[in-house]
Parts: sequence; C-alpha cells; structure tokens
Amino acid sequence: MPDATQTISYIQAVQHGLRWSLEALDDTVIFGEDVAVPGGPFGATKNLHRDFGSDRIFDTPISETAFLGMALGAAMTGLRPIAEIMYADFMFVAMDQLVNQIANTRYVSRGTYGAPLVIRTQQGYSSGSCAQHSHSIEAYIAHTPGLRLAVPSTADDAYQMLRAAIVSDDPVVVAEARMLYPTKGEVRLDAPVEPIGGGRITREGADVTVVAWSRMAAAALEAAEELAAEGIDVEVVDPRWLAPLDFDLIAASVRKTGRLVIAHEANLTGGFGAEIAARAAEECFRDLRAPIARVGAPDVPTPAAPALQAVVIPSAADVVSAVRRVVR
Amino acid sequence: MSAVGDIVHMYREMRRIRAFEDRLMDLKAGGEVPGSMHLTNGQEAIAVGVASILRPDDYVTATYRGHGWAISRGSDLTGLFAEVMARSGGVNGGRAGSPYFSDASINFLGENSIVGAGVPIAAGAALSAQRHGQGQVSVVAIGDGATNQGAVHEALNLAAALTLPMVLVVENNIYSEMVRIKDMTKIDQLAIRAEGYGIPGVTIDGNDPHLVAAAAAEAVERARRGEGPTLIEAMTQRLVGHHSGDAQHYRPRGEVAEAALDEPLQRIRNAADAALLSELDAVDAEVAAEIERAVDAARATELPDPNTAKDHVYA
Repeated sequence: MPDATQTISYIQAVQHGLRWSLEALDDTVIFGEDVAVPGGPFGATKNLHRDFGSDRIFDTPISETAFLGMALGAAMTGLRPIAEIMYADFMFVAMDQLVNQIANTRYVSRGTYGAPLVIRTQQGYSSGSCAQHSHSIEAYIAHTPGLRLAVPSTADDAYQMLRAAIVSDDPVVVAEARMLYPTKGEVRLDAPVEPIGGGRITREGADVTVVAWSRMAAAALEAAEELAAEGIDVEVVDPRWLAPLDFDLIAASVRKTGRLVIAHEANLTGGFGAEIAARAAEECFRDLRAPIARVGAPDVPTPAAPALQAVVIPSAADVVSAVRRVVR
Repeated sequence: MSAVGDIVHMYREMRRIRAFEDRLMDLKAGGEVPGSMHLTNGQEAIAVGVASILRPDDYVTATYRGHGWAISRGSDLTGLFAEVMARSGGVNGGRAGSPYFSDASINFLGENSIVGAGVPIAAGAALSAQRHGQGQVSVVAIGDGATNQGAVHEALNLAAALTLPMVLVVENNIYSEMVRIKDMTKIDQLAIRAEGYGIPGVTIDGNDPHLVAAAAAEAVERARRGEGPTLIEAMTQRLVGHHSGDAQHYRPRGEVAEAALDEPLQRIRNAADAALLSELDAVDAEVAAEIERAVDAARATELPDPNTAKDHVYA
C-alpha cells in the first residue's frame, strides 16, 4: 500500500484509480486504443499491462463503435469494463452505442439488465489541438438519460471520482481535462470509495457564486484571487458531477450571494451552463440580484493556431470580466 | 434420434414462432398491438436450427426481427405477447415493445432497433464468456442489410482480432429492408466477407433447420475450442413485408407465392408421409391451443402503471 496521501499529478491519480480497480474488483477489465502494451497515449495505463496481463487490460482496434458496444455486452454479462476513448471528440464516432444502446439498457429491460461500465476520456483544448481534438462534450452526455457524468478538476477528484464510477452500477462517462494532466495535488489514496454525485464549495465568498468545472474550476479560483484584491468576495462551486447534478449546493450558494456566473470551456449555445442558468432562474429567481452570466467559448470550432485559440478559449480573465458585470 | 434433432421437434418450434406472429397480426388488426412489428415468417428454420445446438448459458442477440430468436431459446410466450401488446406482464413491462425486447432469464441480450448495432454488444458477451472460461458462446443474428453497417465490420474485425467465441448468423432474406441486397453490394454471397476478417464464412440453405443446426454446431464448437468467430450466411426468404404494414410493392409479382412453396414448415410437410402428416397436424393443434392460452394470460395482465414510467433509468 502506498503512503496514504501523496502529492502526484492528475494523470498519475488516474493511473492509481485504474490500478485500484484492477486490484479491488476481479471483474474489471480495461481496454481501448493504445492502452495496454503502449501504456496509454497519455500514460494513464502505464505498467498496468505488465502487472495485470492481457486478461485484464488489452488493446483494441481503432473501432470506437465496436469496443464501446463490447463494453456494454460485457457489462450486461458480468464484467465491469473500463473503456478508454482517447479523445472525447472520438465519442461521436460511437454515439449510437453510447446513446441508443448503453444509456437505454437498464430502462428498456426494466432493470433485468444493467450496464455497469466506465468510459474514460479526456477533453478540452491544448496548444495546437485542432477542431477534432478540442471538444468539451459534457452537454451531449448530460442530455442523455441513463448516463452518469464526472468532470474531475483536481488530482484527488480524478482518483476518487474514477473509483466511484467503477463501483457504480450505472454507466459512467468520466471526462478528464487534458490540460490538467500535469497539475499536482494531494491525493488520498486510502480514502473510502465515494458514492457518485456531490459537488464542492472550493472557495467561500459572500458576493457572487461562480460555478465552474473541469479546467475552468481552477480558472475560477484564479479569478477569485484577482477579484478579492478589488474587494469582490467570490464563492466558487465545483459541481464535480454533471449527472447527477448537485443542484442543491448551487442553489444554496446562489441564495447566499444573490449572483451567479457559470463558466465552462465548451461553447455557449446549448452548453451545460444554460441548464444551470435555467434551473437557477426557475428555483432561485427571487434570490437573484443581477442577471445570470455565462462564460464559455464563442460558437466557433476550436482553431489550431495558438494565436487564434487565445481569442476563443475561455480563461480566468473572462471569469473576472463576467463577475465584474454582475456585481456592478 | 434425440429430441433436439427430431424433425417433429424442429417443426413444433417453427410452428410456435409462426403461430405467435400470425396471432400478433390478428391482435394488431383488433387494435391490441401499438406500433409496427417486423415479422420473421419464412425464416424460422434459422433461429430454431441454431437454438437446437446451444447450451442454456450461451448468449443470443438478435435484430428487431427477433421474435423467433427469443421463442426458440425458450422465452415465455405470455411474456412476449404481453410485451408486444404493451402490457405490464410483458417480458420488459412494455418498455421495449416488439422490436427491442430482451430476456435476462434465458441470456437473450435482446433485439436491437438499430441495424447492425447488436454485433458489438454480442462481442462483449463473447468477451465475458472468454474470460469466464466456461465454454459459453455468443450468437448474434443480423439481416443481410446490416452487413453494410460500420458497426458490423468493426465488431467482426474486433472479435476476430481478440479470438472471441462469437458466431455471426446473417439471415439473408434477399431484401435489405425494401431494396434488394444485390443492388446494395457488388458481391454475390455475403459470407465471402469473412475472408476479409480472417475467419471462416459459409453460405447455407437457411430453410432447413437441420442444415442450419449442422453449420451452427461446427461454428459453435470452434468457438468453444477457443478458435474464434465464424460467419454463417443462411439463405431464406421473407414471406411478409419489412414491417407489419409493408404492402411489398417493391417485390416482383409471384415472388412471395413461389417462396411459400419452399418455406420451412411447408417443406417438411411436402416431404412427409401420411403418418408424419397426422403427427404434424396434431402439433399444429397443440401449438394453437398453447398460443390461445398465452394470449389469454397476456390479456389478463394490467396495463403498465403510469407511476412506474420513470423507474429503472438508474440503478
């Protein structure tokens, strides 16, 4: 057993979570493109093939439809598969298996079949990533009844939420943030396995609530520090899970501060920020002292050139501007 | 001859499927079935032939034309009638209907309303079987049209690459929904595609349950030995439309009538002597009575409780 708490990177935390699942659960199998012998395109599965062998972790052909469907069939018949979709953008290649097959299985069988599987992927832009390697897919996933969705923003959450996903009897998509892979944090390796769901207030404040997840959760904290210097006291809420969404936590914060800003990396139209804004308008209208503001990318595909990316990718500065608008 | 290979047994199982679907058409005419159905009339020998050689713990996945696969595996007729009749006694409580039901009690992973999508899922069941090491196999049926779907190509390649114990049965009824499969692909026999995946492929007469059983036995034994998947193309004809309301204007005059002379049940009758014919008549009467009992039992179940419409989305 490693030391109970270690300071490690987000990607190492994922690796620890996968190792935990192989050790703790006999029925766990891991597969995807380049995950076994190569050790994962980002190193998430490093050494796992060496330590657990081809029975537990193996490479698949470049066939997202085939191996997501295989994850479902395996889950229906007693295994607990963890399938890796290398880039979240590639999920669209296999949307039938995700939306029509995996998500429906429990409902249409009246609970006689389940789909206890995990799909790990990573999303968001990185320097030079093009329009087919930059999508933030949370709204597409969260729109589908039957699926669960995790968007961990810290190394500890990457570990804890992955383990929660693995023991869940529902199909869970874990959308990691590629830009956060090198970031380090304390990870509680021997913490009890959490149930899925539950957000967290990562910074307490009195003047405005900023709800942000994935890479933007850290950007929101950065913005809050800058705003504190101006005398604006920002409360930051990281929902951690978008399905099930801990809306009670968000509502309680909005009732306290009276102002709401939602920040995500995905483009704005139909983004998950719109869902939170709509629910806040429905449930917290009388508590709001200003219009709700959203931060997100404009509705354009992600360009490859960093000079162009800088214009469209949301940042801490965009959160600062939005907060200033609502507290004015 | 054992009961499994017995001609009367095969005939009875095929008659149960035919009678089930004929009765469903009556019920539909009487307003007791919502939505459309995709019937398997004429193709019964394939499901019955394959089922005759499977173990109870093997997995089966089918298409929306899957009533026969569930029945041949032993799914309860009352539960199936009730499902298609949208009643609470249905095998899925009315959530699945005719084209999308499953039956966990017999390892029937389900029909699928998306053409070709069941093959990746069947590969997953084959992965479980491989890992559990008990010699189970995963059988998946698709139509000829599905062979042009990407999911099928991907899953066959995957199953071959991982040497999964899977048997793919292509029910080639010569129509890809409403167009001839010959106009949708340049190859004459779909089984030759197997070569592209490095697995065996055979084309057989799908109207003879014994021939189907023999081909399936070879493929299943190969899978149980850990030698990987096989593709079986079973030639047959649909005696009915793509769906229950399909008038089949696209079929040449006389095609269905000619096919009816060689459909699996009629073929057995054509070759039967007087003694066998009287035995088959008795089977028909027994099956008719079984069907009526099942319909009555299905009707006796309530409509689904509206308060349960949101149940079973999550664990």
